[in-house]
Amino acid sequence: MKAIVTKDLVKKFEDVEAVKGINLEIEEGELFGLLGPNGAGKTTTISMLCTILKPTSGLASVFGHDVKKEPSTVRGMIGIVFQEPSLDDNLTGKENLDFHGRLYKVPRNEIAERISDVLELVELADKADVIVKKYSGGMKRRLEIARGLLHHPKVLFLDEPTLGLDPQTRLHIWEYIEKLNREKKITMILTTHYMDEADQLCDRIAIVDHGKIVAMDTPDNLKRDVGGDVVIMTVPNGSEQLKTTLEQLEFVKSTQLVDGTLRLSVDKSETAIPVFLDVARQEGIAVPSISLHEPTLEDIFIKYTGREIRAQEAAGGFAGHGPGRR
Amino acid sequence: MPNGRMEFMGDIYSIWLREMIRYVRARSRVVTSLITPLLWLIIFGTGFSNSLSFGAGGTTNYINFLAPGILGMTVLFTSMFSGMSVMFDKEFGFLKEILVAPVSRTSIVVGKALGGTTQAAIQGILILGLSYFIGVRISGTLGLAAALVLILVTMFFIGMGFVGLGISIATRLENIEGFQVIMNLLVLPIFFLSGAFFPVTSLPNWMKALVDINPLAYGVDALRYAVTGLHTYALMTDLAVVIGFFVLMTVVGSILFRNVR
Ligand SMILES: Nc1ncnc2c1ncn2[C@@H]1O[C@H](COP(=O)(O)OP(=O)(O)O)[C@@H](O)[C@H]1O
Ligand SMILES: [Mg+2]
Repeated sequence: MKAIVTKDLVKKFEDVEAVKGINLEIEEGELFGLLGPNGAGKTTTISMLCTILKPTSGLASVFGHDVKKEPSTVRGMIGIVFQEPSLDDNLTGKENLDFHGRLYKVPRNEIAERISDVLELVELADKADVIVKKYSGGMKRRLEIARGLLHHPKVLFLDEPTLGLDPQTRLHIWEYIEKLNREKKITMILTTHYMDEADQLCDRIAIVDHGKIVAMDTPDNLKRDVGGDVVIMTVPNGSEQLKTTLEQLEFVKSTQLVDGTLRLSVDKSETAIPVFLDVARQEGIAVPSISLHEPTLEDIFIKYTGREIRAQEAAGGFAGHGPGRR
Repeated sequence: MPNGRMEFMGDIYSIWLREMIRYVRARSRVVTSLITPLLWLIIFGTGFSNSLSFGAGGTTNYINFLAPGILGMTVLFTSMFSGMSVMFDKEFGFLKEILVAPVSRTSIVVGKALGGTTQAAIQGILILGLSYFIGVRISGTLGLAAALVLILVTMFFIGMGFVGLGISIATRLENIEGFQVIMNLLVLPIFFLSGAFFPVTSLPNWMKALVDINPLAYGVDALRYAVTGLHTYALMTDLAVVIGFFVLMTVVGSILFRNVR
């Protein structure tokens, strides 16, 4: 049986259609990623899957249980780490977990052991009796992950699990996520707008943009899809002519010009760079930097949307008022 | 389905327990919220005691008249605050943790209401105990035990009712700023028009009408009957109104809470 199935899932808010028909089939045990920029509709999709929001239309089910018709059954099977903080700051770490255990009917004779297990896992055992108010951002995040696991959910949702954390804590959390998926066989659905996170962790990725899935496959297949290597040139404004000229070259498969950065996916990467520089010189265009790299998920995102994820990040997200992490 | 009922009771207990842990932890707030009503009682009670007395032959002095009003006030403020703490849960994200859990919305509302009411009752009992030292005596026609039972029962129902009202309002408010507005424009008038300070029998008609639709007036009336033997409405009317208020607010709170996000 599939862990998650959605069929033409749609969510409309008063003024925006946040999710515009998403179809997913996620296998049991899979670590599945929803990758997309701010405002793409990732949180909205997850909120419908975990019964916080009601779908406007379409179907969504968790292990065959419809989220609209059997919300309590679904709630009993899932765990979720929300994008925004959701701990009680006035309770200790242990009390937060104990409360969670009660709500999820974890047998009382097992609760102490489970709490110490999950705290061990996220290395917070020594902070169990400290009030959460005194935790750092990374500690809170780890506690939330521990809490999501306490009741042994069949599916764990992780909404931007490493948003706003320092690199070291991010690596740590990645390790936990991989370990849990591997050892406990928990199906995981993770959302992120970090390319490297999706690439590193996920078995399969759906790239989401404007409420739609624009591509879905394993990271390797997605990258293969771009093909060859990618050359990135920094170019001055008004370099459209250069783009057009280079496009004609036989070994250039596709080109994208975004904000002064020209990306070309190429077959013969060794010879490509000298040729590109020659062409640029002939057109009188100075190229301050040029580099060659293997395709990343960023290239795939650009291929399907014509935009960079990062550029939208810097501009504060093109959706404008997407909820941020406080 | 006894299993379902067991779970329902368990969920209520879980929600109640969290409220109580938070209450015990917020000790300084607890102490402050004891001091304010006691100051009212001492200052107003003593200030007016010599010039005002009530009852047949003026047997009840003002401090005894005021004490049940102050009890009512304590229950009102504690339970409204507790109900509206749903706003803080919303603001700080914790509400999502509760909403996504496999618990019924009704058990959340009832658990919260019981938590708030327990706090209100504790505050009330502490105030009643402390007020002994400033001369307040339970001297009604009921015996001491019956009076205490009536006080507890009344505090319970108005507590539950006002937590329910607080939750209902909290589900409708978009942001935390509304909190102050509600406190000033709704809670204070409920308090002032409850007969906590003055007898309501000789009020002008328009004001008396406002008192008559105020559930707290009936709660204060029952408390005053227990403490002093004085009353405006029949005891049965008082109890019917506070119980009706409790049922109504629990139902309304549960319905509104179902749609909260
Ligand atoms: N409660 C809401 N009311 C109105 N619009 C919303 C609400 N939640 C999200 N949106 C909008 O829906 C879109 C998708 O948001 P979201 O699912 O949070 O995106 P993501 O998680 O991918 O950043 C955005 O345009 C956002 O502003
Ligand atoms: Mg999001």
